[in-house]
Amino acid sequence: MIIGIDVGGTNTDAVLLSINGIEKKVKVTTNPADLFNTILSCFTRLLDNIDPKKIQRVVISTTLTTNAIVQQNMNPVGMIVSAGPGIDPIAFSTGEHYYCVAGSINHRGREKAPINNMEIEDIVEKLKKAGIEYIGVVSKFCVRNPSHEILIKRILNKHFKKIFMGHHVSGNLNFPRRIATTHLNAAVFFLHKSFFEAVKLSLKEKGLVVPIQILKADGGTMSLESSMSFPGQTVLSGPAASIMGAIPYAPKKQDAIVLDVGGTTTDIAFLVNKAPLLEPMGIQRGSYKSLIRSLQTDSIGIGGDSMVRIKNKELSIGPDRKGPAMAFGGPEPTPTDALVVLGLMPDGDQGNARKGIHKVAMGLGLTDIEAADQIFKKCCSIILKKTFEMIDRLNSKPVYTVHEFLEGYKISPQKILLLGGPAPYFAKKIEELYHIKTIAVPESSVANAIGAALARATCEVSLNADTEQGIVSAHEEGFAEPISKTYSKDDLIETALTLLKEKAINLGADQDNINEVEVVEFQQFNIVRNFSPRGKILRIKMQIKPGMIKGFEKILQ
Amino acid sequence: MLKASHKTGLVFFPAFDWAIDPTHPEREERLLYTQDQVTEEGIFDINGIIEYKPDLVTFQDIQRAHFCVPDEKTITTQSHLISAGGAKAIADAVLNKEVKNGFALVRPPGHHSMRVSHGGRGFCHINMEAIMVEYIRSRYGIKKIAIIDTDCHHGDGTNNIFWHDPDVLFISLHQDGRTLYPGSGFPEELGGPNAKGSNLNIPLPPGTSTEGYLYVIKNCVLPALEEFKPDLIVNSAGQDNHYTDPLTNMNFSAQGYAKLTTLLKPDIAVLEGGYSIEGALPYVNMGIILALAGLDYSKVVEPDYNPESLKQSVSITDKIKKTTDLVNSYWHQKDALRQKSGTPGDLVVRHREVFYDTDNIFERQKEKVRICQDCGGCFEIDSSAGPGHHILAIHIPVNACNACIETGYQLFDQADKNKFDFVFLQDRPKDLYQTK
Repeated sequence: MIIGIDVGGTNTDAVLLSINGIEKKVKVTTNPADLFNTILSCFTRLLDNIDPKKIQRVVISTTLTTNAIVQQNMNPVGMIVSAGPGIDPIAFSTGEHYYCVAGSINHRGREKAPINNMEIEDIVEKLKKAGIEYIGVVSKFCVRNPSHEILIKRILNKHFKKIFMGHHVSGNLNFPRRIATTHLNAAVFFLHKSFFEAVKLSLKEKGLVVPIQILKADGGTMSLESSMSFPGQTVLSGPAASIMGAIPYAPKKQDAIVLDVGGTTTDIAFLVNKAPLLEPMGIQRGSYKSLIRSLQTDSIGIGGDSMVRIKNKELSIGPDRKGPAMAFGGPEPTPTDALVVLGLMPDGDQGNARKGIHKVAMGLGLTDIEAADQIFKKCCSIILKKTFEMIDRLNSKPVYTVHEFLEGYKISPQKILLLGGPAPYFAKKIEELYHIKTIAVPESSVANAIGAALARATCEVSLNADTEQGIVSAHEEGFAEPISKTYSKDDLIETALTLLKEKAINLGADQDNINEVEVVEFQQFNIVRNFSPRGKILRIKMQIKPGMIKGFEKILQ
Repeated sequence: MLKASHKTGLVFFPAFDWAIDPTHPEREERLLYTQDQVTEEGIFDINGIIEYKPDLVTFQDIQRAHFCVPDEKTITTQSHLISAGGAKAIADAVLNKEVKNGFALVRPPGHHSMRVSHGGRGFCHINMEAIMVEYIRSRYGIKKIAIIDTDCHHGDGTNNIFWHDPDVLFISLHQDGRTLYPGSGFPEELGGPNAKGSNLNIPLPPGTSTEGYLYVIKNCVLPALEEFKPDLIVNSAGQDNHYTDPLTNMNFSAQGYAKLTTLLKPDIAVLEGGYSIEGALPYVNMGIILALAGLDYSKVVEPDYNPESLKQSVSITDKIKKTTDLVNSYWHQKDALRQKSGTPGDLVVRHREVFYDTDNIFERQKEKVRICQDCGGCFEIDSSAGPGHHILAIHIPVNACNACIETGYQLFDQADKNKFDFVFLQDRPKDLYQTK
């Protein structure tokens, strides 16, 4: 049996699955101040009368790190950054204890200026004096040659608790994002570690000893052990859980929209032939940009509990939430109240809901039913408008080769999949308004927890082969090997595949679930100097696609 | 977080699947390291830098600037259409005021392509800037445009296309034609009889460094721009003046390029040549992008940059000053030179020979232009290429007077179809292109 838990901002959903289907489902209110007990109470209720030895897999998705970022409740981190030519690295400062140091590596991975040991040793003293325990070390182009990061780490090693290096974060180029991501990993490490060690211990006391898997923002899982090196990857795993939960119901060889209508926000995502779209570079939210592999999602400040009010004689919904709907004892009218007034939603206090909607109706000069209908329609139109804007934005994305530019994929969704509490009530209205087939995903209120439970381990490797310099490397994986002049595309694919599968196993994947691989990018260039060929540069990026583990297809029918 | 003080649009199209041939300088690898640098620096994450997707130019877009022989399809590839389309996309972004300025980092380049194009010369098949400028004039009705070509090679193609056009001020700074391809671009080359002085050519001696370039910009280019008052400034931003370029002999630097950009304030920059793909392009392109966006570029320096060793000699400084003075004196005489160029209504004949080094074509031209004081004057070009075709091409300029429109149509109607493989008419006021 499998346990999946998704801690959301408002509610925490948990399921216990067997090959026969959902054995148990639990929904509790999230206590942001005590996520530990929120999670434990889910386990207690799921494991009631269940032999813990029957549990084969546990997957947890939490808002722990997300909350820490929002509340700025993170450990102070010392950052040591070596840039070389380019934008002044002070522009990417992560705050106090940020040091720019000598040293330069170029785009081919060649050292252009050495690091200065004395300078690093001085910084060590300053950081120690400031009581810093966690350090991030990032050098520009470290994905081509990490030697400077490694050298700096050697000097730091004995003085600090844990040191994070930029080249471990991602195989992608992007120095500012690498700085931000390395900083994030270092800043949430302690919180993540102490939290999950406590969870692990409590589960052990309950007799549950299977390795815990943690959900990542890309909709894949990683083992608790490997999450200690990349705790930042757990940011935004919530939307990912929902998308994974929608996948089984997506049409084959067609595009679909996934909308997760929550209490405060609605998350938007897309599936192409049952596969979720990934952010090309990494998570970004406002000015925060990272290299954390993530599903392409966007969030809008409208949900079932958004406050409804009249602004300049116009109906306005959200983005704030003042509490639950009035039908459930809340203070202000919400879209959920509109659903209750319209008789679409059987639960809730009809009288309270009507009281709230009546206030709005007065302001608009409408009957209660008309006002409720307008609120409902407006809610749908805000969500869909944002969705279509996102499609336009995705479809206008620049691509780099003639091939991609001319044959770039255009998303044209033919189905909408709805998740979240109010999903079943929205489906019909959206289909009526927009003429797109719309369904509420079965078990829509816990589909996110099911998504987390069944997500497979995912990962990506980036390799760079340079036959002029005679080396193939994937520094993110700590891999570098000499190659001959005749090293080819096939050789590179073989090396990449071996590394990818190794990485997946290390992340906690089992042998049956590491074969869904694809080449994400491949480029090949001749290196020519003075009109004669000197060698080739070959680059590849390969991934295990996000998806569901095998063996549980039946329960999703 | 970084925020650009000028909103800047970028098109990046490295054409990673197009090369003249595998070991040619104009090959796939050319923008690879620039792409690496730009990506690693996180340029596209900067608030105020907006990436645009290149458009495809249409054959109609090309027909405003070129007579392609035998036709557009034969001498272009998808990459050419996208490269020119990159410039066009930036033009739209700038003129629709989505951004203050923009840079098209595209290849293949175009500034050696002339009005009549029988194929490839100087790695160019069609002229990106000219196609863009003609598109801007037809689409947005802008009249006066300045093109400053800072590629190390004389921008002879662009120079040729706007040779008779008094509304386009074309200025080229380049290594002296006696020492470098294409061997043209001397101060006396001032434009056709109706547009004398609207083409300025500033040859610079080998060994010119940042100091020399900036001297010319400050003492020649900026004053001319001040007087001409263009509605739009375009920079053909070739990067082969760099001290590491394998094809040229100059001592320009990334810092110099960035300063030049700050001084020139181009609305649109379009990448041209530049073949020091590892040592120069990544840094020069960074410098130009940051300068356009109004961001600090003081730390964008080549790893082996040593300003002392790149200093130009006193004799070079002297030569540059003399050339600048000469070009300035021509600029000040431009009105008088135009007055003296002939009797309005007469047709003035010029013979030219053009060699297409890339495609090994030799072309002979006989050009007749109508002397006119009201517009650039209509003209016809009798062009025969070996190997290739014999054509007659008639051009009516975009701001043509009635007399020149009439003469243009007369020339087209009178042309004996049997003597030529094709007869073309470019009617720019009506935005029409005809073949007979």
